[in-house]
Amino acid sequence: MSRPILYAFHVSSCSWRVRIALAHKKIEHDIRVVNIVNRESRSPEYMSKVNPAGQIPALEVNGNVIAESLAILEYLEEVYPQKPLLPKEAIERAKVREICELIATGIQPLQNPKVAARHSTETEKRLEWTEYYINRGFIALEKILNTTSANGKYCYGDSLTTADCVLVPQVFNAIARFKLDMTPYPKIMSIYNSLMKLEEVKLGHPDNKLS
Amino acid sequence: MAKPILYSFSHSSCTWRVRLALNYKDIAYETRVVNLSRGETRDPEFLKVNPAGHIPALVVNGKVLAQSMAILEYIEEAYPEKPLLPKDLIQRAKVREICELIVSGIQPLQHRQVAGKYSDDKQKQLEWQDFYIHRGLTALERILTDCSGKYAVGDDFTLADCCLIPQVFNAEHRFKMDMSGFPRINEINKNLSELPAFKTAHPDAQID
Repeated sequence: MSRPILYAFHVSSCSWRVRIALAHKKIEHDIRVVNIVNRESRSPEYMSKVNPAGQIPALEVNGNVIAESLAILEYLEEVYPQKPLLPKEAIERAKVREICELIATGIQPLQNPKVAARHSTETEKRLEWTEYYINRGFIALEKILNTTSANGKYCYGDSLTTADCVLVPQVFNAIARFKLDMTPYPKIMSIYNSLMKLEEVKLGHPDNKLS
Repeated sequence: MAKPILYSFSHSSCTWRVRLALNYKDIAYETRVVNLSRGETRDPEFLKVNPAGHIPALVVNGKVLAQSMAILEYIEEAYPEKPLLPKDLIQRAKVREICELIVSGIQPLQHRQVAGKYSDDKQKQLEWQDFYIHRGLTALERILTDCSGKYAVGDDFTLADCCLIPQVFNAEHRFKMDMSGFPRINEINKNLSELPAFKTAHPDAQID
């Protein structure tokens, strides 16, 4: 099997999720930079050859392309079972996925800058929109993590899971891009600070431009 | 194992996805109605079940599962008969890709609460909802060109169809969208409508 190719961009949260998993499982792969700021993901070439939905990340595996970060994460877990990112037991797996989906469907799409921009042309109103959806999601997330995190280092139990891959970029955005007051979320912050020390997380940091 | 309990509202798309999977696999379950339009997801009794205040919630031997995709994957793992994911790993990924395109790329953005936060004006709300559904279904139609057969991925009913059915219903019946630009979606939906689970999971067939 040839090396998978990841289509990604350094500021893309959804790409960072996948990069954490690839690094954690030590999966050798190539990167193709797709500049979403320049709308490269909407180019006819990208949409016809890679992902018709015009989004990143996308993972190309032996000529097949998989898109949507959570679908890619599940694929990686099935094909590369070493250093698993999901627990073994079905209910536990469901709890990890619940955390992933809470962020991936309940927060990220709504705080997306393009969505905020569609809401209003005024910066302050966009920020209010973004903060509203992040806070709404984080309130629910803080409650769940208080029941699932063993020691405040990881989202579920005491090891890295796909939930951590999804949490990191969302919290980074909240703090670094939107300067959200994180005081109401001590559990989220404890986990985030712990995860940000991990090499596999640092590799995908938006400050590290992809080449 | 005691029967699972599904906290459900007939017209909740996210719950409908789960009903499709449960009914397709002939899993017996108890339904407890949580009326979304009457704000019952904020009732203290329901918040004791799911503090996040979301439906669907599936209670299995006292454990509460939430988020429709997490519940769907659990159902697939705990009840492997009549599988809803293909064996081939790339095909499985395609099913999940379609699920996520809908559950994160369309449904949250066309949600009534989000449109309501955008504007108080009903016409503007509809424009918002139309935009995101149209954008999502356009992407979905393109993806389905390669992977679909009788249903969304090949010829077997999968989780992708569980997510597709409620979204297409919303587009057609709630928002009265012009669906003529989505021939593949329309044909797949028509094929799906012949399945018994389609009928039994439909909002009109629910106790509420």
